[in-house]
Amino acid sequence: MTNARKFLEVKDLKTQFNTPEGTVYAVNGVSFDLKEGETLAVVGESGCGKSVTMMSIMRLIQIPPGKIVGGEVVFRDTDLLQLSEEAMEQIRGREIAMIFQDPMTSLNPVLTVGKQITETLRTHTPMTQEQCRARAGALLELVGIPDPIKRLDDYPHQFSGGMRQRVMIAMSLACTPSLLIADEPTTALDVTIQAQIIELVKELKKNVGMAMIWITHDLGIVAGLADRVIVMYAGYVVEEAIVDDLYENTLHPYTLALLQALPRADRRRDQSLKSIKGSPPNLLVEPRGCPFAPRCEFVREKCIAENPALVNVETNHKVACWVDVKTGALR
Amino acid sequence: MSVSDQPVNMIAEIEAPSLSLSDLTWRRFKRHKMAIAGLVVLFLLIIYSFGGAFFVTEKYANFTDTKERLQAPNAKHPFGTDTIGRDLLARTIYGGQISIIIGITAAFVEVMIGIVIGAVAGYFGGKIDAVLMRFTEAMLNLPQLLLLIVMAKFFSSDIKNIELFGREFSGSVVVIIFIIGLTSWPYLARIVRAEFLSIKEREFILAARATGTPTWEIIFKHILPNSIAPIVVSATLGVAGAISLEAYVSFLGLGVRAPTATWGNMLENAYRYIESAYWMWFFPGMFIVLIVLSINFLGDGLRDALDPRSRTV
Amino acid sequence: MTEPLVRVENLTKHFPIRKGMLIERVVGAVQAVDSISFTIERGETLGMVGESGCGKTTAGRTLLGLYPATSGRTIIDGHSVHEARGSELMQVRRKAQMIFQDPYASLNPRWTVNSIVSEPLRVHKLLPNQKARNERVKELLELVGLNARHINRFPHEFSGGQRQRIGIARALASEPLFIVCDEPISALDVSIQAQVVNLLEKLQDQLGLTYLFVAHDLSMVRHICDRVAVMYLGIMVELAERDELYENPLHPYTKALLSAVPVPDPRKERERKRVILTGDVPSPINPPSGCRFHPRCPIAVERCKVDVPEWRELKPGHHVACHLAEN
Repeated sequence: MTNARKFLEVKDLKTQFNTPEGTVYAVNGVSFDLKEGETLAVVGESGCGKSVTMMSIMRLIQIPPGKIVGGEVVFRDTDLLQLSEEAMEQIRGREIAMIFQDPMTSLNPVLTVGKQITETLRTHTPMTQEQCRARAGALLELVGIPDPIKRLDDYPHQFSGGMRQRVMIAMSLACTPSLLIADEPTTALDVTIQAQIIELVKELKKNVGMAMIWITHDLGIVAGLADRVIVMYAGYVVEEAIVDDLYENTLHPYTLALLQALPRADRRRDQSLKSIKGSPPNLLVEPRGCPFAPRCEFVREKCIAENPALVNVETNHKVACWVDVKTGALR
Repeated sequence: MSVSDQPVNMIAEIEAPSLSLSDLTWRRFKRHKMAIAGLVVLFLLIIYSFGGAFFVTEKYANFTDTKERLQAPNAKHPFGTDTIGRDLLARTIYGGQISIIIGITAAFVEVMIGIVIGAVAGYFGGKIDAVLMRFTEAMLNLPQLLLLIVMAKFFSSDIKNIELFGREFSGSVVVIIFIIGLTSWPYLARIVRAEFLSIKEREFILAARATGTPTWEIIFKHILPNSIAPIVVSATLGVAGAISLEAYVSFLGLGVRAPTATWGNMLENAYRYIESAYWMWFFPGMFIVLIVLSINFLGDGLRDALDPRSRTV
Repeated sequence: MTEPLVRVENLTKHFPIRKGMLIERVVGAVQAVDSISFTIERGETLGMVGESGCGKTTAGRTLLGLYPATSGRTIIDGHSVHEARGSELMQVRRKAQMIFQDPYASLNPRWTVNSIVSEPLRVHKLLPNQKARNERVKELLELVGLNARHINRFPHEFSGGQRQRIGIARALASEPLFIVCDEPISALDVSIQAQVVNLLEKLQDQLGLTYLFVAHDLSMVRHICDRVAVMYLGIMVELAERDELYENPLHPYTKALLSAVPVPDPRKERERKRVILTGDVPSPINPPSGCRFHPRCPIAVERCKVDVPEWRELKPGHHVACHLAEN
């Protein structure tokens, strides 16, 4: 896992939206990389830019009002941001697939599930109609849908929420992509169905061997799923670490605060939750200083004046913070 | 190193620019260029009709002088004269007043009936809803024009003139207002019902019920103000609709009686002179087109501006 | 022993399914809540958990009388909720309040904060005049941690967490004894959830409130509730003290539910054995015979398909509805 070569590298990605209220600074210089077969979790609250980052990588941002103002997305030695729309269509679905939070809106309600899967296959592969249908059936079976061949002729509304998400996963796997981006795929699901989907994805990953980026706000899911984690706040990456380090050796005050704000189902209650004061950041204000400073319990004057860069402070552990949270001293 | 809490207050100030709902609405409305144009034209037409009355008297507008009949626009009669020599400029001024008053009051009647029927059907549901909606659908399925003509014919026998604000009107004005209002409401009633059906399921209604808020207060203080957007929009379009309906009916000779002028009944005899006396249909026709178009544009703008779904500025 | 503040007895709510235009007939019923019974002591927080469609929200609304009950009853501070009329009903409305899930839908967008929070004061004529009401609204806003100067603002000018505080202030205005919190934090971000939960706890201490906390977040329920009830498909399957339920779950559904909750601890997550339930929650229109959980139950036997399990108290205070549960 650690020796595999980087095959996705995002460098200083910036995306903004022009709205009548002003410019929304959604993604403000995000950099990270991904190795083959790795699972990277992107964690953050609503408005932290995690989805916009992924949509920018896939070039699915609506322009206008959106605009990718800078950066590079190097996928297997090509900068995706420089590709033509036609070339990008060859990457989407075939090389990089994406699944979304709400499977109902990502499936076409008037086409059968089988038709939708075979359509993807026909676009990207030279298979015949019969081969496509057989493959579609095999895919549904792979994602654990009972009676797969029969269900190919069903419409999306005939599936339950969890089953629909399975169909979405089957569709995304149709061309065996090397990277799957999952944008909060279990947020709309109940906890027992969520557990089913997570088990399924882990199993598939082991068998298919693709890399995965999993976007979520749930630090519990991350703990059981990811190899590496990046934490985002107000369009910045504030911490990046191997999953165990993030939880046991937390370096950013925001990550620390999030973990302390979480109640635990596996422990007796010992005290009140630690809450994070203030409100989520206003993305309409051009960022100056550390975006978390107004809510941070470690805040210093330097934090308000200058935004810390994301730097390696320990092996494979990057953080963007002026303060060492363990000693409380400036770095 | 001081750990101050100042930045927190700073953020609190930045975060909340106080914009009232009407500010937001006006901001969204301003973006609609055609709606602004519509508003301006409408305003000018109102000034023309009501301001013009300070320069010419109604007596002059109704003054017949057969010696000057069918004159083309000239210095004395800028819009020309009609078949019995009345000055068309003066008549478009007073006719405009009546047309606009008919438009607004007929729309008011329409809105009142539509709100009551739609609100009762939507809020109470069940059998009441079923009965009211079947009636509404029946009304919708009858062609409105036919209904209007039949009613106009039916009510047209001996109508007295009425006096209002020291002026004498043909009683047919009131008849027209009511028959337009009585035949236009079904569409609005359906909109109001749909709004009530969806809003009454919202959680703030449940919250009001959990507090013990009386039913009438829930209907009039909670639900109605939240369904005001489609009501305002269709009321606006209703004004335009009523003006053109009045024109229709008057054109057929069943509307407002002479000598009271409206833009509609000025067209009544004009069709015989389409080629020989263009001014007879051109000026009132132009005013009708202008007012109907400008109100429609205004309605479009209001629809976008008042839409609660577009929460952004 | 004092009488519990809230007593729910065999409360049932079925929504009839009607067909026909003018002449309607009932063709079936959604059995949203079926014969649930429990009590809530004064000052206690009872958690009610379950997945979507399990009837927990309907249960909360029905026990407050917002929906008429199909059968059964609720007694709140001596008043039988569904039988109360007139001034007694107003007493119930004053003493029992509700906090809602969606901070965007639960506040009238066309009202100012002042009108929203003072609505209960006006409806129950609790204060003599506008001036006194304004003062009280300001007090309430400060109590829930909002700036009293924002009294004339509209809901859209506040963030999600702040709106939820407005909803709490409204619920507190009539000085209730009992509040049903219907998923009050599930629409909020993690960092805001803790703020709201801490506020609810602080208010409970200060004002001696009793809560029914309806939620699907099992971690949060363990944190704030004294006792927890688990719902599945309209019935209550287990009820116990908080730690007892989380440490010794007796019902197979509770076990599966608890094992499915992700824990923010990578080492623990790797070692955990999950009970993965197969299939989906069946429709509440024709719920399965016998034990409603039997089609998905990993340990179901023949008997479970036929007999409806009894509500048994296996340990003091630990109730369960399962044929196979043993102490």
